[in-house]
This record gives sequence, C-alpha cells and structure tokens, in this order.
Amino acid sequence: MFLFICWRKASKVIERILAISKKEILQLMRDKRMLFVLFVFPVILLAIFGYAINFDVHHVKLYVFDQAKSVESRNIVRMLGSSSYFDIEGYLSKDSEIKGVLDTKKAQCVISFPVDLDKKLNSGQNATVQILIDGVDGNTASLIANYMNSATRAYNNKIIKEFFSKNGIPIYTPISLETIFWFNPELKSTLFLIPGLIAMILVITAVISISLSIVREKERGTIEQIYVSPTKSLELLLGKSIPYSVIGLLISASIIIVSHFMFGLTIKGNILLLLFTTLLFLFAASNLGIFVSSIADSQQVAFQMATLMSLLPSVILSGFIFPIESMPAFIQIITNVTPAKFYVVILRDILLKGVGLESFWPQTIYLLIFALVFLLLATIKNKKAEAQL
Amino acid sequence: MLSIEVNSLSKKFGKFLAVDNVSFNVNKGEVFGFLGANGAGKSTTIRMLCGILEPTSGDAKVGGFSVMNEPDKVKQKIGYMSQKFSLYNDLTVEENINFYGGVYGLFGEKLNERKKWVLKISDLKGKENLITASLPGGIKQRLALGTAVIHNPAIVFLDEPTSGVDPIARRQFWELINDISDRGTTVLVTTHYLEEAEFCNNIILINAGKLIAHGTPATLKKDYLKNKIIEIECDDPVSAMNILSKEPFVDDTSIFGNNIHLSVNEIYNSKTQISDSIKTNNKINIKRIDPIVPTLEDVFIHLLEKGK
Ligand SMILES: Nc1ncnc2c1ncn2[C@@H]1O[C@H](COP(=O)(O)OP(=O)(O)O)[C@@H](O)[C@H]1O
Ligand SMILES: [Mg+2]
Repeated sequence: MFLFICWRKASKVIERILAISKKEILQLMRDKRMLFVLFVFPVILLAIFGYAINFDVHHVKLYVFDQAKSVESRNIVRMLGSSSYFDIEGYLSKDSEIKGVLDTKKAQCVISFPVDLDKKLNSGQNATVQILIDGVDGNTASLIANYMNSATRAYNNKIIKEFFSKNGIPIYTPISLETIFWFNPELKSTLFLIPGLIAMILVITAVISISLSIVREKERGTIEQIYVSPTKSLELLLGKSIPYSVIGLLISASIIIVSHFMFGLTIKGNILLLLFTTLLFLFAASNLGIFVSSIADSQQVAFQMATLMSLLPSVILSGFIFPIESMPAFIQIITNVTPAKFYVVILRDILLKGVGLESFWPQTIYLLIFALVFLLLATIKNKKAEAQL
Repeated sequence: MLSIEVNSLSKKFGKFLAVDNVSFNVNKGEVFGFLGANGAGKSTTIRMLCGILEPTSGDAKVGGFSVMNEPDKVKQKIGYMSQKFSLYNDLTVEENINFYGGVYGLFGEKLNERKKWVLKISDLKGKENLITASLPGGIKQRLALGTAVIHNPAIVFLDEPTSGVDPIARRQFWELINDISDRGTTVLVTTHYLEEAEFCNNIILINAGKLIAHGTPATLKKDYLKNKIIEIECDDPVSAMNILSKEPFVDDTSIFGNNIHLSVNEIYNSKTQISDSIKTNNKINIKRIDPIVPTLEDVFIHLLEKGK
C-alpha cells in the first residue's frame, strides 16, 4: 500500500516534469532565433574552424632567391616544395626584389641562398641561409619559422650523416631530439579547438537557454500560474533543464561526428567517461543558468548576465582560442570562474589524448564543487524570490 | 460550510502595508466578490490565499488548510487565474490545455474529458490548433479560466478576469462564472468594475489594504447607505455637481455617465431645493430630477468618501 502511494506520487511528479519539458520543446520549435543559435551557429563555427582560422599553416607562399644555383640549394628547395607546407611561387634574381614580393603579399616567406653555399658545405664550414618572413601575422610567422627550423634540422642531419660516412666514420647520433606533438601529432589546431566548441555550445544551451526560458516565465507572469499548481520549483527546474541538456548532448555528439569526417577526429578515450563528465558539466552549467534566472528580472538582463558569466569566459578565458599560459597572471586567476576552462581540459584529455580520470580528477572535482555551489546559491535566491513573488 | 476563513491577514512590503488586518469568510459554492480600486491590495491578498506569498501576520484557511503552515496542501485544492495573462501566447490552444493538464497531473482519458470541457466553455471546439496569440480577448480569458479549473478544484481564485474585455464578453464571462459556481465550486473573484458586484452572492470592499464593507449586495445597500439617492439629468453636469456639493442637504456627489447622483440627508425634502440651487447660481438646463434605488456603486462611493 505504502509502495503504491509512493509510486502514484512519483508518477505524478514525472507527469509534471514531462509536461514542462514538452512545453519547453514546443516553445523552442517556434523560436526561430534560438533555433538558429543552437543549430546553425555550431555549423557555421565548424566551417570557420575548418577553413578560415585554420591555425595550421599550409601552402605558405615561398619565393626563392638562389644565388648559389647549386645542387644543395636545389635539393633544399625541392624538399621544401614537396611538403604541403610550402608552395614555391617563384624565383627572384635580384636582392632588391625581396622587399617587393613581401610587401605586395605575393610571398609570405623568402629563402635566400648565399653564392658560396656549396663551397662552404663541402669544406665543412658553416653556411648561412637567410629566411625572410612576413611578420604581420605573428601567429603564422612563428609557425613558418618553426617549419623552417625543423626542415633545416632535418637537412643538417642528412648532411652530417653524408659527411661522416664519406669519411668512413660510423654513423652515431648521440642525442636525437624528436618533437612529437603527442595528442595532436600534426599540430592540428582544428582538433584542438573542437573541445572548446563543444564547451561553448553546451554553455549556450545550458546557461543561456535555461536562464532565458525561466526569466521569460517570470516576465510574462506564467511562473506564478505554475507555482500555484502542485508543481514544486525543483520539478519546474528539472523540466526546463532536461530538454536543453538533451539538446546540448545531441549537438555535441553531432559536432564530434562531423569533426570525425571533416578533420579526422577520433575519440581516443573512454566514451562513458566522456558522457559522465559532459553530464557533470551540463549540471554545473544548468545550475549557473538557474542562478542567473533567480537574479535577473528581464530576459535582457538574463542574457547579459549569462553571456558575461558564461559565454564570454568560456570563449576568451577557457583557453579555447587564446592559450591561458600567455595571459597576464591576474587574468589567469580569473579564468578559474568558468567551468568551461576545466571541461575543455577534460575534453582534450579524453578526446585527443585518450587518458583517463587519473589525469583530470582535479578538474572533475572542481566541476562538482562549482555545480553544488551554484545549486546552493540558486536555491537560496529562489526561496527568497518565491516569498516575494 | 466555509471554504475560506481569513483571520487578520496582513502583508508588508518593506515598510509599506499592502494588506492591513483583513478578515472575512467565504461560503462553499458561492461567488464571492472582492472589490477595490487599483492598488487596494486585492492581488496581494489572493496570492497569500493561494499559498504563493507568505503573509506577514495573520493566517487563512483555504479548503481547510492553513496558508501559513500547509501551503502545499492548499495548492491541491485551488485553481488560480492571475491578473497577468496566464497562457502561453506562442503555444496552440490544445498545447496550452495539455500543459496545464499535465502540470496538474492529468493525463489519458481524464485529460481528454477535461480538454473537451475547456474547449466547449471557450467556444474553441475545432480550433485546437490555433496559436493562442491570435484569439480575441474574451475567448482568451475564457480559455484561461478553463485551464485554471482544468483539475476541477474546490475553490478558484480569479484576479480581475474581466479587465480589458469588452462589455459583451464580460457578460459571457460572468455567465461562465455562475456555471462553475453552480457545480459547487467556490469562486473568489476580484474586479474593479463596481457594477459586477451585483452578480456576487457576497462582497467585500477594500481600500488601501483595509476592509471597509462586507455583505450581500442587498444588505450593503440597506446597511451602509441610509441616505436617499437622487439622479439628475442636465446640461453641464460637472458645473452642476460643483454647485450642489456645497449645499448642506447633500452628503456626496458623483457622476454616472451623463447624470449626477446626489446622496441627500434628512435636511432634504423636495426636488425644488435642487432646481433652485442650480438656477440661482447658474443657467444650467435641467432635464430631469428623480429619486432612484441606490446601486452598489452609490454605496461604494459613499463608503470611499467616508473613508477619506
Ligand atoms: N512585490 C511587491 N513589492 C512591493 N510592493 C508591492 C508588491 N506587490 C504589490 N505591491 C504594492 O502593494 C499594493 C497593493 O497591490 P495589489 O495587491 O497588486 O493591488 P490590486 O490588486 O488591488 O490592484 C500596491 O501599492 C502595490 O504597489
Ligand atoms: Mg491586482
């Protein structure tokens, strides 16, 4: 009998939560603007990531000023041209042309060989090859410099080996320095951005959508109608959080699938762990959204608060685009207010590195604490708000 | 049998006393009118009775449960239609009904049966898929009432359900209120249209948070208004009213449409006192002077004047 009463109570609770969730989805379906933000926005961002702000530099426009016109210089140029990083755009015949091709952006990089290249190399002397890089875009410039450095190192090794074997000395490399970008072998920055994109979409669905949808009911007075029914405020909040969390999960899954086909992303780690940490992040973000809704009285205020407290930090401060290590110390401390920062670390660990909880348990605990703190704040605030309704 | 017992209920917002020590009872199955000007404290009182606003002091029993101690049990007994439009404008008629049905835990056959009833009383049969925003005002209010009582509550609170609705739709709405009350539901309805008070079994009038009158329409007219009411039809009623209000035989004056209503005391004995007063002071053309049966509005104006 007791069980029966419990079941009836529970089924009523579920019935009410379902009614709210269903209504929420119906309203979302008619809200063109929100639909656009949730479903079209990520697609656009993925496309931008894929093609526009590709942090990898491929097809660098290279001009060659070859004064040596020798075997070695041709070898080096052939080696550079055969990689996808450089496209040989043309050859220069005069020193004075260098400035011109760089200024007019015909070249991003010019390589200049000295007249005595082969002579110096053959006599065991050090030869200097000059690289001129268009430094306007610092990011690209340093990447080009890196490529050039590794290309030169590779070529040096080859020469040294040839030099030793020519003189009958067995080849022996005392230290070989091999930089392998472990979780992102080809330094594919696109892949590096996917976790940030997922965090951002989840923040939009959880924090922004949830806070707006609750505040809308406050603004229109329908929340009073709900509070007068047997519906508890927890049921209302669950009814609102569930559909947005599900939508957030679906969009994230789609991002991963699309990234698999577009950028070759594969989930290296445990999928269940991915799901669990994502749900934890959604829980934290939803609580932040609920907290915002308990403070804001209008949709406009809610939107501004939610953006300021969640979206902006998750884009700017989470290390999504700008590396945290290169920020001023003071800002680095502020980055800790956004759960996205920690979630991005977790996502990179699971998606790209394939490591487990042992390497991101501090972040996981942080998310849990964040979620509980905001749940508590929102509950306190809601209690007061209900008493004032 | 009592549905609602209100005992010395008060509500303070900061230092402002919005509801001041109000007590009254509502019988089961009656239509109880709650009257007062804007800002009088009607909505605040109703919110406390619905268990969504905690009283500062005092208590009320609604459906047998204390709003102070058992607001959740109160919520099981009541329906509420708030002063703000309580439906979702971006949902269809049927989606709104389903939502409120769901929130009250109705589903399946029971929900369908109640849905039919709501569609019937709001004249929306066959129009279930219309977006609520597109409905005329009167229909929207009836649909809102239907959803507020979808779970067949014992008591329903209606907060200014007829404000901003045209007179014909208002009449239809009151018929609906009577239907609901005939089924045994207690209806507590607020309004600032004083003439609607005549449709109620019992009335209270509040002003600035204080209860100033209580009774049936008939007893209110008898008990609170000992004076006779004289209705005057004339040109320039405003000037005429200003002249008459200075006469010793006049207690209150008010304007009803194009007519003046005078509440006259025992010094008054005949129409000629009125016509003489107007003529000696001004050349206003008098068309008619008649004693009338006082309306509730006369009573309320008299009470509100006295309260000042
Ligand atoms: N939440 C609130 N905070 C402060 N003052 C309020 C609040 N709600 C109502 N009031 C004030 O209480 C008074 C009564 O309001 P209300 O009950 O809405 O009047 P009515 O419904 O009779 O028009 C008004 O002066 C109003 O400004
Ligand atoms: Mg009101």
